[in-house]
Amino acid sequence: MTDPAAVLDAGDPPVEHRSRLRTTVETVLRNRLAVAGLIMLTVLVVVALFAPLIAPYGINEPDVANRLSGPSLDHVFGTDNIGRDVFSRVVIASRVSLQVGAISVGIAVALGVPIGLISGYYGGRIDSVLMRLMDILLSIPAIVLAIAILAALGPNIFNAMVAIGIVYTPIFARITRGSVLSLRDAVFVRAARSIGATDTRIIATHILPNVIAPIIVQTSLSLAFAILAEAALSFLGLGVQPPDPAWGRMLSEGRGFFQQAPWMALFPGLAILFTVMSFNLVGDGLRDALDPQQRSLIESRGVAE
Amino acid sequence: MTGFIVRRFGQMLLALLGVSVIVFALIHLVPGDPVRIALGTRYDPDIHAALVERAGLDRPIPIQYASWLGSALVGDLGVSFRSGQPVTGMVLERLPATLTLAGAALLVAVGVGIPLGVVSAVRSGSKLDYTATAASQVGVSVPDFWAGIMYILLFSLILGWLPPSGYVSPLEDFWGWLSHLILPALSVGLVSASIVFRFVRSAVLEALNQDYTRTARAKGLSRKRVLWDHVLPNAWIPIVTIIGLQLGFMLGGVVVVEILFAWPGIGRLAFVAVGDRDYTVLQGTVLYIAFMFLIINLFVDILYGWLDPRIRYD
Repeated sequence: MTDPAAVLDAGDPPVEHRSRLRTTVETVLRNRLAVAGLIMLTVLVVVALFAPLIAPYGINEPDVANRLSGPSLDHVFGTDNIGRDVFSRVVIASRVSLQVGAISVGIAVALGVPIGLISGYYGGRIDSVLMRLMDILLSIPAIVLAIAILAALGPNIFNAMVAIGIVYTPIFARITRGSVLSLRDAVFVRAARSIGATDTRIIATHILPNVIAPIIVQTSLSLAFAILAEAALSFLGLGVQPPDPAWGRMLSEGRGFFQQAPWMALFPGLAILFTVMSFNLVGDGLRDALDPQQRSLIESRGVAE
Repeated sequence: MTGFIVRRFGQMLLALLGVSVIVFALIHLVPGDPVRIALGTRYDPDIHAALVERAGLDRPIPIQYASWLGSALVGDLGVSFRSGQPVTGMVLERLPATLTLAGAALLVAVGVGIPLGVVSAVRSGSKLDYTATAASQVGVSVPDFWAGIMYILLFSLILGWLPPSGYVSPLEDFWGWLSHLILPALSVGLVSASIVFRFVRSAVLEALNQDYTRTARAKGLSRKRVLWDHVLPNAWIPIVTIIGLQLGFMLGGVVVVEILFAWPGIGRLAFVAVGDRDYTVLQGTVLYIAFMFLIINLFVDILYGWLDPRIRYD
């Protein structure tokens, strides 16, 4: 007597056995822009992890004799108006940016994904109520809502993370809901229900793994947005408070010394650009690999050219 | 179509009601006594009592909300905690400047993003396509206010072509007004242009790869005819959507850029209100921005339903 599974397996070409993860990784690695993004991101994380070792000076160590001095061997990004080393501050500030990005997007995922799962799975009135609530949050431009929340709660870095997290919650809720809707009546979900699986079990073990791809893509792209939002809030003085360095704050401090010291505003801005671009490139690469509709577009483009 | 418009309008009113709850709640999220905090060092028990009474903060919260909403509906958003001026007047006075800036930025976004996106898609793989795609990658990653700082550095401080900040009324000096408008409009507009470019490029590419496009080419139509008669009409729907979304996004971008360029719009008003802890003014500006945002979205949805009849019956 042969094992039925073996019979079924026998005819399959070996490619079917490749895991989704492996296929995804391979597709991403074939995309040169995504690889560039991954390299940039790695550089960034290494810099953030070893920031105190990389920074040649302390973040609040004034060198008054050399204030507002241009880039030199001693101070590669120059010094600011009180003689602090811009390079050291840019390096240390990478920690805050990545931390705010990760925590605020974490909040958005933690709130948005369950809302989307419940909304999409149960449908009906719960769905209507939850989605109308998300619509309301989406009715106020993100940065304005974040400013309003910070104005009420008080400006500091913790509240900024909460504000950015709340602002991006509806995006995750909507994306998750959309994916769940297409699965709610799938054969494997009905099968699970028919053998008596509870709703929680169906959502956790059958639906969630199948909707994770668009959530991963959105996470990467949202990290880019969150870092831009933190920079804008810190630029307005509502995020990181002095004397801690943040790229956005450094830009607003540099604004007053445009003429004498353009490097004060140039380098923190380039750091934001570098960071946001790395997340965008990785996010785009992941979307191409994980989102079949977008992928077919790329493939058809390949044929057309 | 009428039913669709009515339904969407109803949804908008519902969303606006929800926004009003958030905006109303703002002042109650403030830890402590908002009037006391707003007055700060200028604290005077009489002024304090008067403001609390004027804002109705001494009444039960549901009654406060009902009366605040009732006044808001007839255009009364209370008075500024700081200046005592009516909030509605302060907002309306600054609204034209914001709308001008958003409009000019939209012009930049559409004027640059659409033609470049179409050409890039038609000549995909060309040098121009690569350059434009690379530029858009930078464009979507750059903070608009930092781009603004760099424009000031280049066009004002180094080249001396344009003023670094400020505002002149177009009625007094049209060219002066225009020269003050260019840099802030570019700061917001070019970031949006990058996003518009990406959507237009992929929408046109997708339409170019459809069977009907191939059929049109096969029956002997010129490339130009195919582009204008078959590709672009089908690419319009995603393009309209993204432009609508961008307009909303611009309302947010304008807020930060207004502060950078000392542009006297409602973004700057909101920012000053945050600094002054002038919560009634903040409530008013957020409400107006959300209101404009919802109107724009409603308009885009109606346009969308008109362009694609399938959507109306969704």
